[in-house]
Amino acid sequence: MALTPVENQTPAFTAGVSAVAGGFAGLFVGTAQGSGLMGILIGAALMAVIGFICAGITDKEKPVRWALLAAFTVAGFALGGLPTAVLGILFGLFFGWFAFWLATSRYRAHLAPYLTPGQVLWHYTFRVICGAIFVFLITPILVVMPLSFNAQDFFTFTPEMLRFDPEGYSLKHYRDFFGSDQWQSSLRNSLTIAPAATLLSVGFGTLAAIGLSQPHVPFRRAIMAILISPMIVPLIISAAGMYFFYSRIGLQGTYFGVVLAHAALGIPFVIITVTATLVGFDRSLTRAAANMGANPVTTFFKVQMPLILPGVISGGLFAFITSFDEVVVVLFVGSAGQKTLPWQMFTGLREQISPTILAVATILVVISIALLTTVEMLRRRSERLRGMSPS
Amino acid sequence: MSDSTSSGPVLAADGTPLKRSLARALRMQKMRALMLIAPLLLFVLLTFILPIADMLFRSVENQIVSETLPKTVVALQDWDADSGEAPGEDVYAALAVDMKAAAEAKLHTRVGSRLNYEKPGISSLFRKAGRKVKKWDVENGGPFKEQFIKIHKGWGDPDVWRTIQTYSPRLTNGYFLNAADMQKGADGAEWRPENEQIYWTLFIRTMIMSLAITCSCIILGYPVAWILANLPARTANLLMILVLLPFWTSLLVRTSAWKVMLQQQGVINETLVWLGLVADDARLVMINNQFGTIVAMTHILLPFMILPMYSVMQTIKPTYLRAAKSLGATNWTAFWRVYFPQSVPGIGAGSILVFILAIGYYITPELVGGTKGVFISNRIAFHISSSLNWGLAAALGTILLVVVLILYWAYDKIVGIDNVKLG
Repeated sequence: MALTPVENQTPAFTAGVSAVAGGFAGLFVGTAQGSGLMGILIGAALMAVIGFICAGITDKEKPVRWALLAAFTVAGFALGGLPTAVLGILFGLFFGWFAFWLATSRYRAHLAPYLTPGQVLWHYTFRVICGAIFVFLITPILVVMPLSFNAQDFFTFTPEMLRFDPEGYSLKHYRDFFGSDQWQSSLRNSLTIAPAATLLSVGFGTLAAIGLSQPHVPFRRAIMAILISPMIVPLIISAAGMYFFYSRIGLQGTYFGVVLAHAALGIPFVIITVTATLVGFDRSLTRAAANMGANPVTTFFKVQMPLILPGVISGGLFAFITSFDEVVVVLFVGSAGQKTLPWQMFTGLREQISPTILAVATILVVISIALLTTVEMLRRRSERLRGMSPS
Repeated sequence: MSDSTSSGPVLAADGTPLKRSLARALRMQKMRALMLIAPLLLFVLLTFILPIADMLFRSVENQIVSETLPKTVVALQDWDADSGEAPGEDVYAALAVDMKAAAEAKLHTRVGSRLNYEKPGISSLFRKAGRKVKKWDVENGGPFKEQFIKIHKGWGDPDVWRTIQTYSPRLTNGYFLNAADMQKGADGAEWRPENEQIYWTLFIRTMIMSLAITCSCIILGYPVAWILANLPARTANLLMILVLLPFWTSLLVRTSAWKVMLQQQGVINETLVWLGLVADDARLVMINNQFGTIVAMTHILLPFMILPMYSVMQTIKPTYLRAAKSLGATNWTAFWRVYFPQSVPGIGAGSILVFILAIGYYITPELVGGTKGVFISNRIAFHISSSLNWGLAAALGTILLVVVLILYWAYDKIVGIDNVKLG
């Protein structure tokens, strides 16, 4: 959708702006090759020419972009083989698009017509800054995934990996994970503790959330503050308190003790998500059900539960992931028999650094993507059920 | 009909006054709500609040001295600590009886290590004495004073006796004094020597680093929240995934990722060396120091800043900015005078949340903080699992808890805990 009628830019403007971008990229290529200054000069000159061509001489966008892509790829390959060729492809794609984006003034088309050039520049600078922050948010996860396929026991990209040599990649860390008794027993422990804790916190939590969302609850604020507190109190304090107390009553180092502790930590998440779902709950529905002769239990299971189920499930997923991810409390309340996956990772990171951790990390990222998708879908479903338009 | 209603109280169908009937119905409703909440409340009280209360009590509890050395404590009451002399024979006789009983029950080393927290070196006195006293005839083997001093000349030191006397009551503020870098001297509480003041430094460092993390979260989170709130809903939802994905990813995954990124042979250093920006022998030290902790924790806590900011910014209408600009405000004035003040509640909510979470962090500082980048939590964990000085750990924990609860209270006042949203 174009807000502003635009016409093509002058060759001088396109060449100038392209040259700045080219000089910036050239700086990095140049330093990698030995001389930053030469890189800037060559990059700027090259992009000035390209910009001039795109804006002044030709308007056949497609063939020029393909030609640029091919030229950059070949140049990259000539400079340093396969890894730089990949960089060349990226450069070619970007600069081909960039030059024409400038030349045809596409960048201006969907911005309000009254903006000054300075404001347009700021608009895009701001986007670039935000992009950098998004990259910051996501990079660590993106770095872990490829590294987990490393054939060496290194925590960094080996030259073989950068050359895209199949020799540099292997599934050996995954084999380690699935083959080692330690990892497998910790996985089993995690998978027995988390569901039990989740069941406890969802069971108690849903009931309490329904109670809390009734009108006229005395001491509502204070009760809420107590129920949310496990999320706020620093984990180390909860862990210390539970360690002292549970060892007094003989629960320290038992499966049951860890489950109780994790259930307490998961409760705030259940309360928050379920009360949020109940905010939009139409109370006349339960009254209608009672009117037609249903007893409270039937009303709950037949009318209220199906409507708040998405909220309950996503609260349960939050509780599950809380328990599944938890290290500090299990470290104190549990004993060697309850060693969970995060505990094993924690000792792995602190003592013997083995890249098996990266394989486990990748598996956990995949699990969390699956959970995130589920929660998102449930949220939309819940909003549809309650008659809101899903955003 | 109308006559009867105007003359008497309004009656419900069963003949009771309507007012009472309504009150009863309300009471029923309240009771039912409380009945639904009760199981969970009980559960949280038992599994969570009670343990914490127990920990709070542990920070002042001090029964071990008076339980293990009951007779000595009584005998020692009359001794004047300022006399500069060791107590008389009666105290030593009582000590011999207590010590023999304690050594037979193998309790004497526990008292020794308890008192050792207050006066280093005292535990060896108890260990040595315990071994010898077991063979003594405590009924008529006296006088004991010389025999004790023969075992270890420390038993003649008035300072040792003062320590035992000071810590004989059942409750003590000694752990709290320790946690505040103070000690019980000859005349009340006094500061420890300058070079032994570690906890104060640690608290200050925890505060400063949490503040630094909160600030960097504001700086990084504000633009992201702004762009999420101002983009078309479809694009914003897609970008939101980039914010929520780290939020849902295991804490350890993210911490290990930062370890991989920041270490000397790590991804960032390798890239910088490859680009030629950093010489191979001058790689940046970015891990096991404060920088590493701040970067990793900013990344981990950033979603907690972005989400509240986003939900506040969504409610600010973009027309306000346009109106300001059309009235002649520059970009900056329009932002600073019109948009920013409306977004302050979001910043406040996010900041308190991030600060509360940062101040008690344990895992990330432990793994990427080295020695300079650790927090007070790491010290608490050390006292629980390594030095076994549980009272001091409890006292440090209590101080941290008080700080967090004050912030929690502020959060409740400003934002309201009902308004906490997840995702």
